[in-house]
Amino acid sequence: MQPNIPTPAAQYGASARRWNWRRALSSTGSTGDAVFRVILFLCAMLILLIVVSMVTMMAANAMPSIRRFGFGFLTGRDWNPVADSFGALPFIYGTIVSSIIALIIAVPLSLGVAVFLVEQAPRRIARPIAFLVELLAAIPSVVYGLWGIFVLAPFLRVYVEPPLQKWFGWLPLFQGRITGIGLLTGGVILAIMVTPIITAVVRDVLAAVPVSQREAALALGATKWETTRVVLANAASGIAGAIVLGLGRAIGETMAVTMVIGNVPQISASLFEPSYTIASVLASNFSEATDELYLSALIQIGLILFLVTFMVNGVAKLLVWSVTRGTSGTARAT
Amino acid sequence: MSEVSVSGKNFRRVVNTLMTSLTAACAFFVVATLVIILGYIAIRGVTSISWQFLIDTPKPVGEGGGIGNAIVGSFIMMLLSSVVGLPLGIAVGVYLAEFGDGWMGNIVRFVTDTLTGVPSIIVGIFIYTLIVLPMGRASALAGGIALALIMIPIVARTTEEMIRLVPTSLREGALALGAPQWRVTLGVVLPAASSGIATGAMLAIARISGETAPLLFTALGSRFYNYYLDKPMSSLTVQIYNYAIGPYDVEHKMAWAATLVLMALILAINIAVRFFTRQKV
Amino acid sequence: MLIPKKISQAVLALVLVTVAAFGLACSGDPVGKNSGDSGGGTVQLQGQGASFPKPIYEKWMSEYGKLHANVRIDYQSQGSGAGIKAIQSRTADFGASDAPMSEEDMKKADGEILHIPTVLGAVVLTYNLEGVAQPLRFSSEVIVDIFLGKIKKWDDARIKADNPNVTLPAKDITAVYRSDGSGTTQVFTDYLSKVSPEWKQKVGTDKAPKWPEGIGMGAKGNEGVMGQIKNTPNTIGYVELAYAKEQKLPVALIKNSSGNFVEPSLEAVTAAAAESAANMPDALHQSITNAAGANTYPISSYTYILVYKEQKDAAKGKALVDFLWWSLHDGEKYVKEKLYAPLPPDIVKRAEAKINSIMSGGKPLRQ
Repeated sequence: MQPNIPTPAAQYGASARRWNWRRALSSTGSTGDAVFRVILFLCAMLILLIVVSMVTMMAANAMPSIRRFGFGFLTGRDWNPVADSFGALPFIYGTIVSSIIALIIAVPLSLGVAVFLVEQAPRRIARPIAFLVELLAAIPSVVYGLWGIFVLAPFLRVYVEPPLQKWFGWLPLFQGRITGIGLLTGGVILAIMVTPIITAVVRDVLAAVPVSQREAALALGATKWETTRVVLANAASGIAGAIVLGLGRAIGETMAVTMVIGNVPQISASLFEPSYTIASVLASNFSEATDELYLSALIQIGLILFLVTFMVNGVAKLLVWSVTRGTSGTARAT
Repeated sequence: MSEVSVSGKNFRRVVNTLMTSLTAACAFFVVATLVIILGYIAIRGVTSISWQFLIDTPKPVGEGGGIGNAIVGSFIMMLLSSVVGLPLGIAVGVYLAEFGDGWMGNIVRFVTDTLTGVPSIIVGIFIYTLIVLPMGRASALAGGIALALIMIPIVARTTEEMIRLVPTSLREGALALGAPQWRVTLGVVLPAASSGIATGAMLAIARISGETAPLLFTALGSRFYNYYLDKPMSSLTVQIYNYAIGPYDVEHKMAWAATLVLMALILAINIAVRFFTRQKV
Repeated sequence: MLIPKKISQAVLALVLVTVAAFGLACSGDPVGKNSGDSGGGTVQLQGQGASFPKPIYEKWMSEYGKLHANVRIDYQSQGSGAGIKAIQSRTADFGASDAPMSEEDMKKADGEILHIPTVLGAVVLTYNLEGVAQPLRFSSEVIVDIFLGKIKKWDDARIKADNPNVTLPAKDITAVYRSDGSGTTQVFTDYLSKVSPEWKQKVGTDKAPKWPEGIGMGAKGNEGVMGQIKNTPNTIGYVELAYAKEQKLPVALIKNSSGNFVEPSLEAVTAAAAESAANMPDALHQSITNAAGANTYPISSYTYILVYKEQKDAAKGKALVDFLWWSLHDGEKYVKEKLYAPLPPDIVKRAEAKINSIMSGGKPLRQ
């Protein structure tokens, strides 16, 4: 048994050493090699083609709406298919607020779990727990939605929202009617869904911090927790990456949120009020939009979602990479 | 900590114990959430499931009915997406591992990662425009391809990682014997990495088996057993969604039972993978 | 290392075999694109649309399937909006909607679309209110103000005025409405627009209007609205009668144009249709909300199946007209048990004529 948990990052180490050797090989290929290479290249090109056509298709179909509303689309509050007036702000608001609620809950929880698994728990406890946490990520979105409708929403309605309103009702966040369906429920479901993702990345990041740092801190007489703080500080940007990755997942999540968020395009300060996210308006209304402008507006919303998740994931990867590259000695993680 | 002292050392010890127990509490809380979710599925599912339910097709409300066609439909679409997605994903993975070191490889890697992050509802819309509209109807084919698009980047990146783990000595040995590179890759490197690739493939299949959003507009749904790829097809996930949002108690029971079937499949794959790979992590 | 060698090599072999199939998949021709009515003589029809008539349509299709083993009719309830879109884009063989297609929608279809009325139904107000046993009574003004957000509490004086003997809770009202494009919504808002100029001006009649903010929540389909009402206390919403009755939730009495509080019953719906049946236009669709007459239920509606007059596929067209014909005649016996009202006799006659006018390749499909 190895004392350290190998990480994907650490695994890259071996590959880097084979480098020149393979480069040399490809230049001496035979006909078979050329054919092989071309086939693989075409497959790779197919992926490029798919993603490029995805973007162009969406951009082309979103054109009528982009031309009509311009940047006002992002700031418009009015979503009214009857009047051909489309503003995406309520959906952007719902997406952002539900994701923030998810992160507020999930980040401390995930950090706690990851620290427990990497720094504190003995391996024979850490392994099964790590597996169980990963299982949480294997549960399909629609199953979270089902559970959300019949278990979580009634639970929040009866046991969580009334006390919140009683104690914090002076905050606009907790005013309004209590139904169990709304931003808060959507955020809580999302929190459960992103926790395993953030936990997994933070675990990798923590494991990538050199053991020598821990030893140094312990040698200086630090307690276990103080050592952990040193480790956390060193892994900060990687942890930030994990959080952003969780954000990316939360933004794009569709089914579970659609089932518990209440599907109303409104901007309300209250977390108890129903809301709508970009992904859930697509799921609810895409199959019926007959009007060209309506369809175009929906696709523009989809395009925004695509671009935002794209950027968020890019940032996350850069951040995670900035921590893990030090130990892996390779720059492969794009 | 029976004596709480203000002295620095004790304070640090208290903080240490406190934080340690707090992280343990986090772990406990997360695991408890999993247990609660799975527990609900198990209890509500088991009390609703029956053999007839597993083979029947949906019937008008109040006349029983089951999810036989949804199970078959999910299976067919998973098979289709595996047939399309696995070879393509593995091919892209091999490309990335073997030739993916230049700028082209970096672009492909970047785009593949981008595809991983694309919300699945977007994939559904893309396939709707690309396949459903030209074909004139929703179909299992469209659903399967949509799932394949979700599968490809996952399989590609695991394949790349696994190939990069194959020891150099293995390749060098084969190359030294005069084998061309394509034979080395297909005959030596891929078999050596096959267990890892198979693991990745199984996890990708588990992932797509739970996808709903890309099937909503592409495969739609059906009340019948359907074996034709050009017809709308029912799937477990879409069926669960439709039953879950509805008002009927019988349909809610069916949703839980269908969820039990789906979760049994997903857990079986995950646990099998864990069982085979337990030496690793 | 990971999975045992034997297994993994078997898996790899399988993968290599599928590479052949992958070549096929890459070359781009979708499998079985032209297989049309594959399946050994069985005809498969795909319908899509309104959730309002789903219970009766599913019953019909199930019963019809028992009589005709070679015809399989599939119906996906996704809302009237989706039904109209599906028939326009020809992604379904027939659409279903409670809202007639607009002129504009008709123009977007690549052929003449017929409205075949099938049954009548009532849009009812149903609610989840603990401790209130007897059915509530609502006047149209109160309904308008609840959905405009002006009446916010269940114990509002104006609700109390219509229900003097009922103890209403001092809770917030949560309205539940449709988040998808819905014929049921169209019927409901059509009614509200007829009774209230304010509603007409602020919200209007549509399948997916912009609801006033802060009145409640949206849900998908009659099923979704009903589910949300059932799961959430202190809610009120509008659904087809059959949905509320099956759930044993209360349905409200609504004050009609003659000033009577009318319970949504099949007779009251039939009465509403009878009021205007004589004025039914050739297109065979009309609004019957807020009908005159002492016993009419004011939020009643026809629901329609949308079909192309010219069927491209003769076999499918034949199966479709036969099914439509059957549903108007033999199918009628299931209508009342599913809590819908049958069409008035002269509307059936005119629907028959419509069905007879459906052609394929210039020939009528029904002789």
